[in-house]
Amino acid sequence: MTRYLIRRGLESLAVLLVMSFAIYGLMGLMPGDPIDVMVQSDPNLTPADAARLKALYGLDRPIGERYLNWLGAALEGDLGYSRLNNRPVLEVLGPRLLNTILLMGLSLAVALAIAVPVGVLSALRPYSKTDYAINFGALAGISIPVFWLALMLIVVFSVQLGWLPAGGMQTIGSEGWLDRAKYLILPVLSLSLASVGGFTRFMRAAMMESMRQDYIRTARAKGVPERRVVYKHALRNAMIPVVTILALSFGTLFSGALITETMFSYLGMGKLIYDSIMGNDYNLALVSLLFATFLVLLSNLLADICYAWLDPRVTYR
Amino acid sequence: MSIREVMAAEDGVETMPRHESMARLTFARFLEHRMAVASAVLLFVLVVLVAAAPLFAGALGLDPNDVDLLNRFAPPSADHPLGTDELGRDVLLRLLYGGRVSLIVGLVTALIAGLIGTVIGLFAGYFGGWLDALLMRITDSVIALPLLPLLIVMAAVDLGKLGLPPDLATSPETSLYRIVLIIALVGWTTVARLVRGATLSLREREYVLAAVSQGAGSLRIMFGHILPNAISPIIVATTLSVGTIILLESVLSFLGLGIQPPIASWGNMLNNAQELIYEAPALAFYPGVLIFLTVIAFNFLGDGLQDALDPKALRR
Repeated sequence: MTRYLIRRGLESLAVLLVMSFAIYGLMGLMPGDPIDVMVQSDPNLTPADAARLKALYGLDRPIGERYLNWLGAALEGDLGYSRLNNRPVLEVLGPRLLNTILLMGLSLAVALAIAVPVGVLSALRPYSKTDYAINFGALAGISIPVFWLALMLIVVFSVQLGWLPAGGMQTIGSEGWLDRAKYLILPVLSLSLASVGGFTRFMRAAMMESMRQDYIRTARAKGVPERRVVYKHALRNAMIPVVTILALSFGTLFSGALITETMFSYLGMGKLIYDSIMGNDYNLALVSLLFATFLVLLSNLLADICYAWLDPRVTYR
Repeated sequence: MSIREVMAAEDGVETMPRHESMARLTFARFLEHRMAVASAVLLFVLVVLVAAAPLFAGALGLDPNDVDLLNRFAPPSADHPLGTDELGRDVLLRLLYGGRVSLIVGLVTALIAGLIGTVIGLFAGYFGGWLDALLMRITDSVIALPLLPLLIVMAAVDLGKLGLPPDLATSPETSLYRIVLIIALVGWTTVARLVRGATLSLREREYVLAAVSQGAGSLRIMFGHILPNAISPIIVATTLSVGTIILLESVLSFLGLGIQPPIASWGNMLNNAQELIYEAPALAFYPGVLIFLTVIAFNFLGDGLQDALDPKALRR
């Protein structure tokens, strides 16, 4: 177990390193070089000054050397400054991360609260009218563009009905959880609707697979009531792959969160990544993107561990 | 078994030998899937409509990029069947021409991604060993990444810094090729895993052994003997991926990073929709509905093809 964990951890670390280099390289190819921006905004800067500045910041060195310098500083905890916020990157990142965790956690809870019972219902009556209707709904949920869903929610609940705010975090000058909650409803609704279809289909497949197993026949044969067979024997086993898929779908959920946050001006990590790229704040973009990658890799690792922990039949290589 | 093995086993779709009558059987099974048939009809109508876009343009005497600032937000009329947008351009024509772009990008990208995935899956499954381990680690890593932020970064790269001449680097046509390229670069993973799974079981078959004993080379066995028998999961996965790709293209174009104006795509038609939501909610409605219908149609089509091509998976 320990050996397996160490190997998977090292693998994830290697992927993170490769990604950090790739993203670092891509950031160098972004429009709006920081020195060029300075030159444009200050007419007193001559091309010679620009060259001197580039040398000062080490921008004239080859990409490999620059990357190693950055990596060295990053490992010592110096992740640089955000140009847009004029604050250290980590200070900007922290509160945004909490907001995103809140949004993603709530959406995941809502999505699961719908997907698990609906998926089980579908699996217990395969190829019935109910099953077809649920499958149609799930496919519709997968096929809907998240940004458009968000747009339509805004049209209905903010523009037409005027019940909920169209975006933002809280009313200016107002405090308290009730006010925050009002601003969370539409983003959570849009993100959970975006993921509920996939979860429902997966829940159905896992439950059908589990109902086919020998231990279900055994349980029925010894006279266990059907309710108990379904909820105790079948559902508990069906949850094993579902838990795994939850952790594995973290990357997709994060992509959805980026769109939702951007649509509702919700100050989370996804919007931070988008805004920093669009605003040429490449230091911030680099760190927040890498942090998102790190979280996704971590959740994948957790998925593997969970799977082994929940299912004793799993062996380690 | 580890989680990766469990997933690989699920991917290993059994394929059947094909005869001429198989095609008819498959078609009959496909017809049983009513939603898939309806989707095929819907997609056919959509393709005919967008292909006929120039005819509509001729009949209306308009161009989809004609700006008419005196006629902004015009309501539907005989001249403009669906009204005009914030620049006075005809909405119906932009929807039709945008549909061309969205459909072509979706199909071409899916084909390229399917091709990349097939080659990677064949090599990984057939040769095994360190090559398999390496390719599958890469595949798993790409699956694990937060794709949308990465696509945004790749779409924002200044092509001028890669050595492209400035006017070419920023031209709308280049944005078209760029979007196809970057989505294909991350979209091949599902097909690769499926093909690898199929190859793993197919390479143990007798006909492969027979081909080896007759001196067939590795490439000939992979592409001549294994690939034709692994074609069903490739077709299904590629069909399903068209929907995902159209969704990705639309969100990137919506964010202003995909297809660049004046070329219309369903995604970039929604560019300003959020600011104009009070003035013209209908502008936000049409392109989204078309994206949704197209994507759900490709998803049902994929479902139907799966049932038709792989009857063993049905009603086990």
